[in-house]
Amino acid sequence: MHKSIDLINQRLQDGTAKIVTADQMPAIVEELGEEGALAEVDVVTTGTFGAMCSSGGFLNFGHAEPPIKMERIWLNDVEGYGGLAAVDTYIGATMQSETRGERYGGAHVIEDFINKRPVELRAQSKGSDCYPRRSITTELTIDDLNQAIMVNPRNAYQRYDAATNTSNTLLYTYMGTLLPNTGNISYSGAGTLNPICNDPNFRLIGSGVPLFLGGAQGMVVGEGTQHSSSSGFGTLMTTGDMKDMSSDFIRAAIMHRYGPTLYVGIGIPLPVLDIDVVRATAVRDEDIMISIRDYGVPSRNRPAVRKVSYAELKSGSVELNGEEIRTSSLSSYRNALAVARKLKDWLDQGQMTLSLPTRYIDTARISRPMRETKRVTLVSEIMDTRVIMVKEDEEIQLAAKKLLKGEANHLPVQNNEGCLVGIVTTFDISKAVVHPERKLKVKDVMTRNVITTEANEPIDIAAQKLEHHHISALPVVDAKGCCIALLHASDLGRLITSHGGNQ
Amino acid sequence: MKLLVTFYDKGTNPIIAKAVMDTGVLINVERAVINSSEGEALVDVPDDACHIVGEALKRLGADVRIVENGVSRDLNRCVSCGACISICPKEVFSFDDDWMIVTDEKKCILCGRCVLACPHQALTISY
Ligand code: SF4
Ligand code: SF4
Repeated sequence: MHKSIDLINQRLQDGTAKIVTADQMPAIVEELGEEGALAEVDVVTTGTFGAMCSSGGFLNFGHAEPPIKMERIWLNDVEGYGGLAAVDTYIGATMQSETRGERYGGAHVIEDFINKRPVELRAQSKGSDCYPRRSITTELTIDDLNQAIMVNPRNAYQRYDAATNTSNTLLYTYMGTLLPNTGNISYSGAGTLNPICNDPNFRLIGSGVPLFLGGAQGMVVGEGTQHSSSSGFGTLMTTGDMKDMSSDFIRAAIMHRYGPTLYVGIGIPLPVLDIDVVRATAVRDEDIMISIRDYGVPSRNRPAVRKVSYAELKSGSVELNGEEIRTSSLSSYRNALAVARKLKDWLDQGQMTLSLPTRYIDTARISRPMRETKRVTLVSEIMDTRVIMVKEDEEIQLAAKKLLKGEANHLPVQNNEGCLVGIVTTFDISKAVVHPERKLKVKDVMTRNVITTEANEPIDIAAQKLEHHHISALPVVDAKGCCIALLHASDLGRLITSHGGNQ
Repeated sequence: MKLLVTFYDKGTNPIIAKAVMDTGVLINVERAVINSSEGEALVDVPDDACHIVGEALKRLGADVRIVENGVSRDLNRCVSCGACISICPKEVFSFDDDWMIVTDEKKCILCGRCVLACPHQALTISY
């Protein structure tokens, strides 16, 4: 049996179409069989609601008097793109405010507009014969804009690998707070409700297909950036009118130490044309597998700790090396359901017509990493190999003398085998020498939990360690755990200037 | 009932242990931060003994405040994502049958970890 899209649209108009949410499909197919489900169900609605950093909107302000060609543009102190002729900008969700840092960003500007709050526009220009004005400051609400069109380059990831952290430091990432020593697992995505998971071969989802975007009716533009369908990580570029959106389905958020991001609600109605659609929409959380990756390794190739299904992640805990590790979701399954149900309401009320793609999405695409033509600088290039060390059994007085002689602030501490076992600073030593009668040894005052780097580590990663731990030097260790050099923050500072944020 | 105890005597004076001896009430220390010049501890005591324990601690030189409520959640901001669930050491947060977040504030020890972890700034702790 095959149902045409026209037949389904006819039923939607007559009010006779049967519409279900994607989470109900597995049970329906189980009960009625595939043929039965095909006869019974006309449309399956999907939904997802989570952090979609690659989002933003085109805004048109109209012309001022005298007119200005806006070249640098700020909305509530968040910079928008200024390369779109005179009176347009693109505001991106993750751009941070120049005055409020990570507490406010492009995502908040978008939410403020959607909530009809006034937003301050500030712009500058060099001036021209046709656009004489040099600067402008004005307050606008979304009603004052000619257009506010959301266009999100990368939305609705088919699935997303989960995150854990095997290192011994607490990490704040775009995947949320990751506790040290595999203390938790964080994941994102709606599993069985996810739009692309219900159409993994992109038979129904493609350019021009209507969707729910942030509470408005929008459409799929086409494949999203980083789209990697052949490995199961497809994405979509989406668009919709911000003037029709609601903050129930568009929410600004802040990932601590990462910055602003936008939570977006997206849902796509899928017409049940044939058995293949029935099979695809019967997908269960158990069927959707992802890897849990170790964010303790600061590399693009974060090692996979194990494979896991969304069903396991949603159960609240996952077994790792014999231990039950608690899971947290970053996306909201509750709101994903709300999206799918809202979409069903729209269809039930005949407010939406379905269509097939006007252009199909490539299912064989694979996303490649960046080609780099310049080598990154490694720790070995700037580390200081003239490092003075002390033995853990040495007396404090001796260590103090070494510190004075070498003008060093940090002394790596070795055991008898030459391995790094701790570090002492001038401050630790000076505290200890106040009480010479206590006969303290280096090992009594040293810090044992030493943060280290390696000679072949990129300097940006070392810089992140220094900043994260508020320290000013890192011992460089070799494969055997011996300290071979010191990396000083002052040497790094000369090389890394554009880290921003932390003045 | 929970008491927040602040003391300033370099941690050499074991005032919580003394308060236990003075009052005969068992005190459960839920969280303690002690550095070289001052310390802070969150302790749990039976409701009916709250007053005498508080007085005993004050006699020993500590500031004592009753902690009325733990973490509080702004329902307009919360999207029921669940990012707070796995990072809370006391399992204060959980999903109900409708995937809505529910909180059990009584278990909260005011560590503050969830305040930073919530992407929607929905959580605050006050005491
Ligand atoms: S992390 Fe924040 S928004 Fe998410 S469920 Fe917890 S309180 Fe709600
Ligand atoms: S303050 Fe700490 S104990 Fe209380 S709810 Fe937040 S994470 Fe849990």
